Amino acid sequence: MITYLQALNAALDKLLADDPRVFLYGQDIGSFGGAFKVTKNLAARYPGRVLDAPLSEDAIVGMAIGAAIEGMRPIVEMQFADFSTCGFNQIVNHAATLFYRTEVQCPIVVRLPSGGTPGGGPFHSQSMEALYAHYPGLIVMTPGTVEDAYSMLLEAVAIDDPVIFCEHKFLYNHLKAEALPDEALPVGKARIARRGRDATIVTHGAMVHESLAAAEELVSDGYEIEVVDLRTVKPLDTDTLLASVARTGRMLCVSEAWPWGGVSAEVLARVSTEGFGLLDVPAQRLNARDTPIPYHPDLWSAHRPTADAIVASTRHLLEM
Amino acid sequence: MLLARILEEKLSSLYRAGAIKGGVFLGRGQEALSVSVGSHLRKGDIFAPLIRDQAGRMAFGDTVLDTLRTYLGSQLGSMRGRDGNIHRGRPREGYHAMISHLGAMIPLVAGALLARRMKGETGVVGATCLGDGGTSTGAFHEGLNAAAVEKLPLVLVIANNQYAYSTPGSRQFACANLIDKAAGYGVAAHQVDGTDLNECLRVLGEAVQAARNGGGPQFVVGNLLRLVGHGEHDDASYVDTALKESPLGRDCLEVCEEFLVEKDWATTKEIADWRVEAKTEVDDTTTKVQREPSPDPAEEDWTALSERRFAEELSEA
Repeated sequence: MITYLQALNAALDKLLADDPRVFLYGQDIGSFGGAFKVTKNLAARYPGRVLDAPLSEDAIVGMAIGAAIEGMRPIVEMQFADFSTCGFNQIVNHAATLFYRTEVQCPIVVRLPSGGTPGGGPFHSQSMEALYAHYPGLIVMTPGTVEDAYSMLLEAVAIDDPVIFCEHKFLYNHLKAEALPDEALPVGKARIARRGRDATIVTHGAMVHESLAAAEELVSDGYEIEVVDLRTVKPLDTDTLLASVARTGRMLCVSEAWPWGGVSAEVLARVSTEGFGLLDVPAQRLNARDTPIPYHPDLWSAHRPTADAIVASTRHLLEM
Repeated sequence: MLLARILEEKLSSLYRAGAIKGGVFLGRGQEALSVSVGSHLRKGDIFAPLIRDQAGRMAFGDTVLDTLRTYLGSQLGSMRGRDGNIHRGRPREGYHAMISHLGAMIPLVAGALLARRMKGETGVVGATCLGDGGTSTGAFHEGLNAAAVEKLPLVLVIANNQYAYSTPGSRQFACANLIDKAAGYGVAAHQVDGTDLNECLRVLGEAVQAARNGGGPQFVVGNLLRLVGHGEHDDASYVDTALKESPLGRDCLEVCEEFLVEKDWATTKEIADWRVEAKTEVDDTTTKVQREPSPDPAEEDWTALSERRFAEELSEA
């Protein structure tokens, strides 16, 4: 069995082995192997290519941009997605604008250990994908499976534009698969994680698994719920969403992030404007609550959507 | 230096005539320091200039033509109307196009130098320029520190021009002298009279050579006074008259011309001829660029990504 975290490590290993342009830069990622051990053993295996950085998120991203312009393929690790706010300027104003302004590509990958874990609290739990997806010039990935963690990281480095890679911390050790995949869906395509006919749940990241659990629970009520895993939030695969809604007539979008202007808002906007006629009832959404992310596990489980909450929301959707 | 001054005088008059849609930011009084940076860099080096570096840009290879194209929004300019004025460059050639956020180019140059080192290139130098105000930013601190940790051949040139827009140094930093900052980062410090071209060439030469020889980052402070407003929209009425009359307020171009005449390296007549020659080049190029096409919104592809397969198409009413 291989975990989500091991899949990321295996992808980085393969990237370093296959491409001399690839190097890793981030805090504690060298001989220590990273705060979560995603880069374990890589510094020893690839001397001079897995570099510890000072506690300087702005400089880390800025240096990656400079190296990318020089033809390298830097992969930077933010220790937590939350800390990427300190490197926000370089990401959204420099990396994201570079190609449009200068016609020079900026192939950097910024890895964001994202999302909540019990006890994570306000500054070690955030989901930043909507923030980055807002800016033109960035690709935003949110792998929700072991297979996608591996194959999407490989593809992220192959892409000639800056990629924000939101890997989910809750899945690091929880999620396991039999083996690494040989092939994958193209980036930008959503995946039907579960076939259904009565309603569609659109989701991404760790919420894919909460949604699948909710769908299983609803089987005993006679419902077959379709679950769509977005995989990338930018670009957003509107076609697959509309095709699913065409089959089911009902849609709930579930996201671990805050509601205002988030991925669920964008999904609802797309489906309502482009697929209004496909909907039997108004599209619904379920998000985290609109507060900072609480520290205590009891508060935290009531803050973010869980399988139970998704079951309740889906029942409401089905009964509308 | 003279060509940069003449070109900037033209930009100023074009601005006043309403021919430039955006802002105009000039380097009058800073040409000696700026040109010294560009002059000591060579092909294959890296340069990320700031807003008052017309002279340094031209010494590094930028042209009157591309400057005017970018200011006047010609489709044929290096930024094709997508960015303007001082935000121009050719990153593939090591000449970087600044973003507006001060200090941001320091880590960019550091990263480019790190890449060169990884590729096995030696003897490369990367230079970037900033003002006194820029030294207060977090990006300055992070970038210089990271470059120092990696011992990169970075030359960071600070034009201490006494004002960040309208804010004087006394409201910007509390150290007695800006070069005091260098010690905290463990980098070499240099200070120079930014109104004296000879001194600027000497000190920048030393700094660039030290970086090239493996001496790690070099921190250079040029003391001078900005002889224009922050931009051409700014009358700079906040500038202290005593500063204008002090040695800091000398015009580096006049100091240089006096030196040439005094040394008998050029006559006043020859200098006047150079001026006419520069003016002719600038005027002729302006005429040419003003006839060039503007970017056409209908022809614009409106895609920020280089990989078009990821471009989204939204339905709009």
